[in-house]
Amino acid sequence: MQLSRDDLLKAYRSMRTIRAFEDRVHDEFATGDIPGFVHLYAGEEASAVGFCMHLEDRDRIASTHRGHGHCIAKGCDVDGMMMEIYGRKDGLCGGKGGSMHIADLSKGMMGANGIVGGGPPLICGAALSAKTLGTGGVAIAFVGDGASNQGTTFESMNLAKVWDLPAVFVVEDNGYAESTSSRWSVSAEEIVHRAEAFGMPGHQVDGHDFFAVHEVAREVIDRARSGGGPSLVEVKLNRYYGHFEGDAQTYRGEGEVERLRQTIDCLDLFRSRVLEAGLLEAEQLDEIDAEAKAQIDRATAGAKAAPMPTRADLLTDVYISY
Amino acid sequence: MAKKSYRQAINEALMQEMERDHRVILMGEDVAGGMGAEGEDDAWGGPLGVTKGLMDKCGRGRVLDTPITESGFIGAAAGAAATGLRPVAELMFVDFMGVCFDQIYNQAAKFRYMFGGKAVTPLVIRTMIGAGFRAAAQHSQCLYPVFTHIPGLKCVMPSGPYEAKGLLIQAIRDDDPVVFFEHKMLYDIEEEVPDEPYTIPFGEANIVRDGDDVTIVAFSRMVHVAQEAAAALSKKGVECEVIDPRTTSPLDLDTILESVENTGRLVVVDESSPRCNVATDIVAQVAQDGFNFLKAPARMVSPPHAPVPFSSALEDLYIPNASTVTEAIAEIMPDKVIA
Repeated sequence: MQLSRDDLLKAYRSMRTIRAFEDRVHDEFATGDIPGFVHLYAGEEASAVGFCMHLEDRDRIASTHRGHGHCIAKGCDVDGMMMEIYGRKDGLCGGKGGSMHIADLSKGMMGANGIVGGGPPLICGAALSAKTLGTGGVAIAFVGDGASNQGTTFESMNLAKVWDLPAVFVVEDNGYAESTSSRWSVSAEEIVHRAEAFGMPGHQVDGHDFFAVHEVAREVIDRARSGGGPSLVEVKLNRYYGHFEGDAQTYRGEGEVERLRQTIDCLDLFRSRVLEAGLLEAEQLDEIDAEAKAQIDRATAGAKAAPMPTRADLLTDVYISY
Repeated sequence: MAKKSYRQAINEALMQEMERDHRVILMGEDVAGGMGAEGEDDAWGGPLGVTKGLMDKCGRGRVLDTPITESGFIGAAAGAAATGLRPVAELMFVDFMGVCFDQIYNQAAKFRYMFGGKAVTPLVIRTMIGAGFRAAAQHSQCLYPVFTHIPGLKCVMPSGPYEAKGLLIQAIRDDDPVVFFEHKMLYDIEEEVPDEPYTIPFGEANIVRDGDDVTIVAFSRMVHVAQEAAAALSKKGVECEVIDPRTTSPLDLDTILESVENTGRLVVVDESSPRCNVATDIVAQVAQDGFNFLKAPARMVSPPHAPVPFSSALEDLYIPNASTVTEAIAEIMPDKVIA
């Protein structure tokens, strides 16, 4: 199905914002200003945006360690996200979550997750809420190839099918679970083949191609929303940065990342597709590039200048009796 | 007032809360029972019949049988709680925490804090604890100290039918995740329980028996053991104050300290394994905040540090009883008590 010009611009802006955000966090992390563990989504943007373009606030997603892209695609506030990553008081989670736990339930974003495979059971619950309360919402679990092997993922696919839930399981296979190749760690020839074992439709899609992701996402989300039950989608894609920032990635082939960036970058592919088809003008895309960069500049400067939480914040938002 | 069993009291609390609030749902293995089979739909109502009849009254959509996949459905309950439902999930035996604990302590317990107060998780996990059923090492543990250790969880230990109903209704109305520990040896005990719904606040101990000589703190089934010991000691002129804190988290330390200030002696009876359990925690806190009240060393009565044995001969030796409590008191009152 053809996307409107507005939708094309929206998709490009969302993908470009994620890229600018992640590139900037990469640079800032290298200066030592960003604390803790950070896992970046650059290279995978077409997946988060391709799915989340179909979603509304009533729809829920659960994310992974590599959650910034899903957050932005689901509509989380970029300033609040950057402040959270810097541990600031006015961060999306008050500085209590950090990069691995960014969440905004009002946007339907149920959290990045520090536990590999932590999200799929939660998504069964979100889908159950939607079904029981009749909201018409759907729920999507984003997991990586690593979590595709976790028992929680299998249990959740089984439960979603048994309970006939409006759920979608999206496996983003970026080739590596931390440093371990998915070619080695996944027993199945293809992750998508596992769908058959759970009696649900399975789809495999090139995650560098926004349009392909968007089309498959439409099909599985429509199916879930209309009572057709859960689906599995395997998205084949690549990440540009390490498992975490500071990962030297010596497990990757020589020139591997550079080759990916030059040949199948999802933003470049999007750009050439829409320009060749005459759907958008180069100037429009350039403008979005500049605006995204400016937005991230502002968010970063704002986060650096923002106040830290204080002792008064330490024991709020938790039940304390001791 | 009608007498009701612990089982009936829990069933009634669930029923009344489900009638009051359409967001309350039940899920768990065999909570209805018979799903997908040719026979009776509501065949079991839980392995010990606690949820029997609820499906008939509330419907299949709100009493959900699950596959035997605890991570999947306990996590689903957490996710449902964070998105608008108020699920009561049954973890059949607490011993099964090993196959779903991540979803409890890393997910449900942390949402509210980790997400900066923007999430509530009104989840209740009902689970069976305790020895005495000849159920052996993997179906008889207590394990509540493990949950008590986790910030963000509330841990509730009803010792009788009246407590069970009021505490369960409180749990369902609470916006934090609550683990509700039901002792499997208490299901058939009966006492008077009001028909109408009522709540018992968390963190408020019940003084089960007054006394000036020794403070006995006990939880769940051990409250009955403590009362038996106290009755026996009373005949020997030793008056025990028996305190049931009702919840291990939050813990009503103030009531315990006030009692110890009066009696000067403390015995804690805790059916869980003896290292790092609730008894060690209470004794440590009294040592810190009430050391000067103590006329004698505090005593902890717990099982030995061993798995729960199967054989009735061994299991009876394993579980603390009135005699072991009396012996502990004899050690700190050598002039008064001959055990």
